[in-house]
Amino acid sequence: MINTPQQTKKLQSKLGRVRGLGSTREGVHHWWAQRMSAVALLPLSLWFVYSLITLTGTDYEAFHAWAGEFGNAVFLVLLVVTMFHHAQLGLQVVIEDYVHSEVWKMGMLLFVKYATVLFAASAIFAVLKIALAG
Amino acid sequence: MVEFNLPANSRVTRGQAHKAAAGAKRVKRFKIYRFDPDSGENPRVDTYEVDLDTCGPMVLDALIKIKNEMDSTLTFRRSCREGVCGSCAFNIDGTNTLACTKPIREIRGDVKVYPLPHMPVIKDLVPDLSVPYAQYASIEPWLKSDTPAPTAERLQSIEERRELDGMWECILCFCCQTSCPSYWWNGDRYLGPAILLQAYRWIADSRDEAKGERLDNVDDPFRLYRCHTIMNCTNTCPKHLNPGKAIASIKHLLLKRR
Repeated sequence: MINTPQQTKKLQSKLGRVRGLGSTREGVHHWWAQRMSAVALLPLSLWFVYSLITLTGTDYEAFHAWAGEFGNAVFLVLLVVTMFHHAQLGLQVVIEDYVHSEVWKMGMLLFVKYATVLFAASAIFAVLKIALAG
Repeated sequence: MVEFNLPANSRVTRGQAHKAAAGAKRVKRFKIYRFDPDSGENPRVDTYEVDLDTCGPMVLDALIKIKNEMDSTLTFRRSCREGVCGSCAFNIDGTNTLACTKPIREIRGDVKVYPLPHMPVIKDLVPDLSVPYAQYASIEPWLKSDTPAPTAERLQSIEERRELDGMWECILCFCCQTSCPSYWWNGDRYLGPAILLQAYRWIADSRDEAKGERLDNVDDPFRLYRCHTIMNCTNTCPKHLNPGKAIASIKHLLLKRR
């Protein structure tokens, strides 16, 4: 951080520090992906919640049959992919905002990326297994 | 991690109390942050009782009265006393604003005056603004044009000129800059609302021919995209400008050129 006494003792000019290693020129993609996934999540989440409500009170077989239907399986996979992609993008921003130790930051970013991919892969496999095995 | 607690040598202690002259009828108490790096002591909050019957209407009037009549060691920046120079920006009553345009009567209870938040303090109410100034220099706030200079003015239509309204008025007091949590946590890399407003001021100028270069310069996860539209900047601006909207406009242009 700039405000620590250790760093204010550095003799590099302020402009040199501010320019740093330059602009990455790739911020807009991450930002737009976050917005697009958020918009896609709106109908997908509404559909998912509506489906759960209509299935309330039914048994395991009914849920199983619902998830196995072609349209439901497709939407479930889309929901899982969009949700975990969106979560991963958002958590990355939170970590970059608040975690300033390089080691912790890198560790947490890797954990979030790997964990969301793992969860998404498991969920997609579960949906496919129900849908394809019948 | 973000530091939510002050380090031990930054903990603010209770300071001296300066009483108003006997017979003062309308007394207002000012609680002012004091810090002297040469003393080696922790910062403290001194209390000054100001007689409003012999004081001007603004917070700056009271600060000047305190310095003139009660405690000449109180240190703060001020110049124009009419909201044009941007020197007397402090955290007053919990909000960053200009002391010269903030009426004392708008503040209920004691008037608390602190330096702009999360900047290194040089002395009392004087923050070290050298990093924001360097960030301002980094966006190269001057007209860039490859068209040979005309012999008269570079002309703008009324519509083109209107694009700059709400930006040319900025006086660089850094009330918005230092009110932004994103700037507190990542001020070394995030340019902050004041600088991004200025960046957009040049991007939006019809006479400037370096828009692409300027957009390249801010297209960065930290320089621009640490803005999470918290909008403290717009809420606090003493000139009623909208840095949040300027930042959104930059994001919009970056998307548009993809």
